[in-house]
Amino acid sequence: MDTREKEIEKLKDYKYGFSTDIENTRAPKGLNEDVIKFISNIKKEPKWMLDFRLKAFERFKQLKEPDWQKPKYPKIDYQNLYYYSAPKSMDDKPKSLDELDPKLLETYKKLGIPLQEQARLNGIAVDAVFDSVSVATTFREELSKLGIIFCPISEAIQNHPELVKKYLGSVIPITDHFFATLNSAVFTDGSFAYIPEGVRCPMELSTYFRINASNTGQFERTLIVADKGSYVSYLEGCTAPMRDENQLHAANVELIALDDAEIKYSTVQNWYPGDKDGKGGIYNFVTKRGLCKGKNSKISWTQVETGSAITWKYPSCILKGDNSVGEFYSIAITNNHQKADTGTKMIHLGKNTKSKIISKGISAGFSDMTYRGLVDISSKASNSNNYTQCDSLLMGNKCGAHTVPYIKNKNSESNIAHEATTSKISEEQLHYCQQRGLSQEEAVGLIVNGFCKEVLQQLPMEFAVEAQKLVGISLEGSVG
Amino acid sequence: MKEQLQKDFDNTIENLSLSQKDIEIKKFYLDNFISRGFPNRREEDWKFSDLNQIIKKNIGTLSFYSDYMSTNKVDTSVFVDGLEHNKIVFINGRIEKIDFDYEKKDQIEIIDQSETINKFNNNNSLSDLNNAFTNKSFKILVKRGYQLAKPLIIYHTTNSKIWSKNINLRLNFELDKGSSLRLIDLFNETSEKNFLNIFYSFDLKENAVLKNYKIDKFENKNIKYSFNNIEQEKNSISETFILSSGSNFCKNEINCNLKGKYSSAFINGIFSLSKDRHHEIRTTINHLTENTKSYQLVKSVLDDSSKAVYQGKIFVNSEAQKTDGYQLSKAILLNEASEFNAKPELEIYADDVKCSHGSSSGSLNEDSIFYLMSRGLNYQQSRELLINGFLLDVIEKITDSEIKNLIKNMIGVKE
Repeated sequence: MDTREKEIEKLKDYKYGFSTDIENTRAPKGLNEDVIKFISNIKKEPKWMLDFRLKAFERFKQLKEPDWQKPKYPKIDYQNLYYYSAPKSMDDKPKSLDELDPKLLETYKKLGIPLQEQARLNGIAVDAVFDSVSVATTFREELSKLGIIFCPISEAIQNHPELVKKYLGSVIPITDHFFATLNSAVFTDGSFAYIPEGVRCPMELSTYFRINASNTGQFERTLIVADKGSYVSYLEGCTAPMRDENQLHAANVELIALDDAEIKYSTVQNWYPGDKDGKGGIYNFVTKRGLCKGKNSKISWTQVETGSAITWKYPSCILKGDNSVGEFYSIAITNNHQKADTGTKMIHLGKNTKSKIISKGISAGFSDMTYRGLVDISSKASNSNNYTQCDSLLMGNKCGAHTVPYIKNKNSESNIAHEATTSKISEEQLHYCQQRGLSQEEAVGLIVNGFCKEVLQQLPMEFAVEAQKLVGISLEGSVG
Repeated sequence: MKEQLQKDFDNTIENLSLSQKDIEIKKFYLDNFISRGFPNRREEDWKFSDLNQIIKKNIGTLSFYSDYMSTNKVDTSVFVDGLEHNKIVFINGRIEKIDFDYEKKDQIEIIDQSETINKFNNNNSLSDLNNAFTNKSFKILVKRGYQLAKPLIIYHTTNSKIWSKNINLRLNFELDKGSSLRLIDLFNETSEKNFLNIFYSFDLKENAVLKNYKIDKFENKNIKYSFNNIEQEKNSISETFILSSGSNFCKNEINCNLKGKYSSAFINGIFSLSKDRHHEIRTTINHLTENTKSYQLVKSVLDDSSKAVYQGKIFVNSEAQKTDGYQLSKAILLNEASEFNAKPELEIYADDVKCSHGSSSGSLNEDSIFYLMSRGLNYQQSRELLINGFLLDVIEKITDSEIKNLIKNMIGVKE
């Protein structure tokens, strides 16, 4: 096999593994005040934003990297990373999609995210983030007619400072944990969405993250505010090229739902998981937190985690408003040497709050998977309810599946129920499917999809199809 | 605390006739304890129960020296009536009586092990403390094939002679092939504000059966930590029942290693708490080989501002195929101020296993109360009936009928 064939062979496993050859503008390597000022400067940020970053950086210097998680990783040298990398053609912001670097358009086309006109049929507004900058946001005019603001966060800082100032850091404060604080100091771009009072967002909003440059950490920040009585469904997708080194991705996502508002946040995470021997891949250390601030508000997280060498994240809900609802649906699949430590936190503060957690974990190969969750019903959260179900499926005896729930109930009028099971695909089921003419792989795919169905149902249509395929691909070669 | 420890340690050593080597070993553990102190909430296993704070709040300064020279009078009134049994009596931490009257003398051996220090599968600082300060430890060996005719009751009695003291106990049991032992730990205390630190180890050989009942029923103001390590070989069975109710603070830890095929472990527990008591059960079941089984059931009824914690872990390593592990915890919170925390944990590395856990907590079911009241019971009666039924479920799991009845009578659960 010559190298080209080999490359194609390699790409079969992870079809988004190509990299785009594009000229970059980078910040100097390392992490210090100058780099933060550089980022702030290049984004032409106002002073308050720079102060926010510097304050976070001050705090960051005092924090210690946590080490309680299950998947261990070699120490990250934070001084050996680039904290900003952007395609050179983005230095002067293009006015419209037509001015956008064709190479970028090509990249997104290859990823199946057409940014140009034909995409309109799709009816999804996309904000495309390439390394550290947002390269394009579609459908902005249509949305703005309804008063919806959907733009890169760097633009929002300039055009809507009152909103950003009010909400940025209100759910994930700059004094939060190590990675969140790092993000607060160096975040580069991300999406901002604001849905005004009483508006139901007519289309799915979506962000597509792509890490391209090597040796770069991606630190994006997403802020979604749903004002009273509004509704929004938000999708997030991510891919990265295949590289031998591990790359860090430490994003912060903040959701705020005011009275009667609902936010639905779906993620299909397909970062490069590393090769079969566990070399390379993304470290996905993301902080996602939603605040149900108002009465009757609802936040729902749905995630399909198939990529990354290490996934370490807990999308959480703080149920502060009375009658608010938090939901968490998750599928996490690990194969080869992937590791995942994921789950959620449901913090019940308001009265009559409800939360539901459905988590499905599948581990194969040499991988290791942990569900870690917290349900905390405070003494004031009367009449609250939680239901948790976490099921794990193991394929082979070289992998591990773990469940570590923390359950705290301080209110006698509230109920918590938790269930967990661990099992394998039963021989009978396999036999039954194979008898009816399915190959072993197809049979496993079918059974696994059935196992995940409860969660896949929660995804918006377009995503559900993609996710279903992804589930199949991720497990290829894990049986037999 | 450091000077106190050092001083008390020197005093303790003086009274014991130990070899230089043993003193060195004890010193090593003392230094370990001094550098680590009492466990606090920064340690994962003590996340819900910060012992350091609890001791500070309830006792203040502890003294670690106990005078084991003088004997205490055994008060026979505490002995259990209506059940013939063998006895070991601890008074204020000193062994006063070992009596196996009902058994064949040559089948049970009691070995004085004061001079050997055993390692425990426990890396918290309390094992260091125990190693440094225990004065006498005995090993009870049940010989091959011998099944004790009567249960053994271990009385832990303290009286008002001691105050703010730390008491360290240790017993080792070895059950040889095919032997069996029924054991009841009975706490009966009239003292206040002492910290009991109890370590048991059980070694179960092939086909051995251990039934281990721990009863902390009588109200007292002491703080207790009890650690049981159970090693199990082929076909052995261990059954542990914990009634956690009387002490101010009590943490029971059970560590069970299922090393032999077809070995099984059962752990059942009841928390029945009121006032501001704070109790915890932490279990770790290690399934280390094929075809092993474990079953755990813990139920809690919490009143006033009491707090119960259940941390249960099932570990299955990659060789332990065909493991069957089950764990369930249920709690009823009767009062606004009561609190229940649970951390049921699964750590699994084998694929052909059946493991599950469940946990629920909430209030008494109003519908059930309504049902009973509509049939003529008053509110109080309905409530009692429901709680009785809730707890009876666990008591019914006790396989020894004599002891089951004893425990039923003790906590006044009616059928």
